[in-house]
Amino acid sequence: MAKTVNVFIDGHHLEVPDTMTIIEAADKIGIYIPRLCYHPDLPPTGNCGVCVVEISGNPTPKRACCTPVAEGMKIVTNSKKLRTYRKTVVEMILSNHDVTCPTCSANNKCELQSLANNLGVDPDALPSILVKKPADDSSLSIVRDTNKCISCGRCITVCNEVQTVCALTFADRGIDTHVDTAFSNGMANSPCVNCGQCTVYCPTGALHERSELDAVWEAIFDPDKHVIVQEAPAIRVSLGEEFGMPLGSVTPKKMYAALRKIGFDAVMDTNFTADLTILEEGTECVTKLKAGEKRPLITSCSPGWIKFMETYYPDLADCVSTAKSPMSMFGVLSKTYYAQEKGIDPAKIVSVAIMPCTAKKFEARRPELSDSGYQDTDYVLTTREFIRMIKETGIDFANLQDEEPDAGMSFYTGAGTIFGATGGVMEAAIRSAYYLVTNTDLENVDITAVRGLEGVKEASVDIPGFGKVNVAVAHGLSNARKVLDQVREGLATKGESPWHFIEIMACPGGCVGGGGQPYGNDIASRARRGLALYEEDRNLPVRMSHHNPEVLKIYEKFLGEPNSKLALKLLHTHYFKRSIFNGQITEEITHKHQ
Amino acid sequence: MIKEICKKYAPHKDNLIQILHEIQNADPQHYISNEAVDTVAEYLNIPANHIYGVLTFYTMYSTKPRGKNIIRLCESPPCYIKGSENILRKLKVLLGVNVGETTKDGLFTLELCACLGVCGNAPVMMINDDFYGDLTEEKVEEIIDKIREMR
Repeated sequence: MAKTVNVFIDGHHLEVPDTMTIIEAADKIGIYIPRLCYHPDLPPTGNCGVCVVEISGNPTPKRACCTPVAEGMKIVTNSKKLRTYRKTVVEMILSNHDVTCPTCSANNKCELQSLANNLGVDPDALPSILVKKPADDSSLSIVRDTNKCISCGRCITVCNEVQTVCALTFADRGIDTHVDTAFSNGMANSPCVNCGQCTVYCPTGALHERSELDAVWEAIFDPDKHVIVQEAPAIRVSLGEEFGMPLGSVTPKKMYAALRKIGFDAVMDTNFTADLTILEEGTECVTKLKAGEKRPLITSCSPGWIKFMETYYPDLADCVSTAKSPMSMFGVLSKTYYAQEKGIDPAKIVSVAIMPCTAKKFEARRPELSDSGYQDTDYVLTTREFIRMIKETGIDFANLQDEEPDAGMSFYTGAGTIFGATGGVMEAAIRSAYYLVTNTDLENVDITAVRGLEGVKEASVDIPGFGKVNVAVAHGLSNARKVLDQVREGLATKGESPWHFIEIMACPGGCVGGGGQPYGNDIASRARRGLALYEEDRNLPVRMSHHNPEVLKIYEKFLGEPNSKLALKLLHTHYFKRSIFNGQITEEITHKHQ
Repeated sequence: MIKEICKKYAPHKDNLIQILHEIQNADPQHYISNEAVDTVAEYLNIPANHIYGVLTFYTMYSTKPRGKNIIRLCESPPCYIKGSENILRKLKVLLGVNVGETTKDGLFTLELCACLGVCGNAPVMMINDDFYGDLTEEKVEEIIDKIREMR
């Protein structure tokens, strides 16, 4: 049991539980202790030594991030001595840092940059001891530039503890300590699932996405190419604050306007294929339910989760929906249905996806996702890259006039938009599964039990004519493990899974917390962005995927019906088993629908 | 072979250090390979990256193949004061390698290490399991020549 203790921070008296650290207590009353390696979402490591404070009775300063408060503690957060200590620490870090701020991907977002600036550090105080090493650019998603790494260890904590992927580690010791993959094999030859949480939590530019901006600009400027763009649900709630709007502003129509100004030939929306996914996956789910299937159905939208499953849970591959992700459904349709409708040679179509995700870059390069006869999705840009694109073009985003997307593959329902938040796919699926079984619509479409940031959420839905359907939602891969281990156990001991239908998203918070989202996207910001999507859902005229008129039209004109032969060919995929050591494919474990 | 070594120990992560030592000692090139780590990871059910972290943290382990004889020269202050720098220079000339490298004939690997606990005889080095103290440049040459003759 936590006791309440009295502490004094810079003369302010406060009562806090003794489980708190000094930095948490100071944050509580708005006293900001300078920091670098500490992040409120992650357990402290005490690696950098910037957050030192003086505690009466202690001869030497202590690190506020990992020193718990105690009864009667008198703490000073700013003094001549502390200032000198902090400056020295930052000077030493800079002496071993590749200071290329103007061109760095983290410029203006870098925590080291702003700390050095705030503390008035002289960059030449110490001579540089940096020995430049080549960056690890083996991965299709993430580039790791050791020369900018400050060994804070956040990426390691997030990779090993939050995501339990275990790709990154500290190697060597003392001054040689550095972040590495096992045997320096590179991210592409590690169990890395490309989720990119390391890039979001990296305080500097040491970890960032593999940029495809130049290739996209090339395509846009090429008059022979027809460049079509889709944007994931999370994008529309992740742009505003970069341009002076409040965090979580809902800006789909400014987003379309910006894309058109940038020069994309057709501006459509991933939310449309999110609705389509619900019909494909929902039909799959209902078929399984009706057949009394004991193994669960698990969602397949999150590419980080898919690679994680292929690596760590291949025995459950047959439980994962064969439906492609909304991005890949859009990709394949852009080169088939859309090309046919518009009379454009699919060879000339360049399909670009704007995603909150680094793993989507890997997904887009999967050789099997080429059912259109071409690579279905050509390029994936992260939210960060898209923001850079808007800024490069000099677009005054906040004052853009709203514009509508191009028709055909852009209409979306509230069910499509909440795909971007944890629990959203489940909620959208329940709305439509209910209809698919009963032929009537749910009266109350708000299924709040699956919303929010609880790591694992469970609910039970009564569907007349079928009975109780148990569902679970997990976000963040350590939470996914909890659910999957119970599924494994249930199947082994009782022959059935505790849940019929499970949603798994690789990133904490779902896609709004994706690895391609703006730097500094902490749990609190993810929560705000998630709420913004639910707000958009509430305000949309259509809130159930099966009432999306464009989705109905594509079935009528092109696909036939959900899970039809053509739908199975174009919109469904299969999975592989991968080595837990190097992530490479060892065998094909499920097969393409014939 | 790696699997046989693993099986001598209970599959518990506490045994990691012992298993790694035994694997390294059994290897003719005195190192622990990527494949060996993968096997141990599977046996103990711990991620390979964790093992790699342990492996590179402790200087007694090597992730690269090494020579038949491993020379570990102490670089701690007492040996330094008694002239270990000169011994190191002599060893580099005699062997034609830098620290961390192996001679072309595969006979020697030159390494530095922390205090060996025999500061009374500084400067000190170890070759495999044997100590050599009160080193002088002449003495070092004799020791190396002797081992070369023994091969």
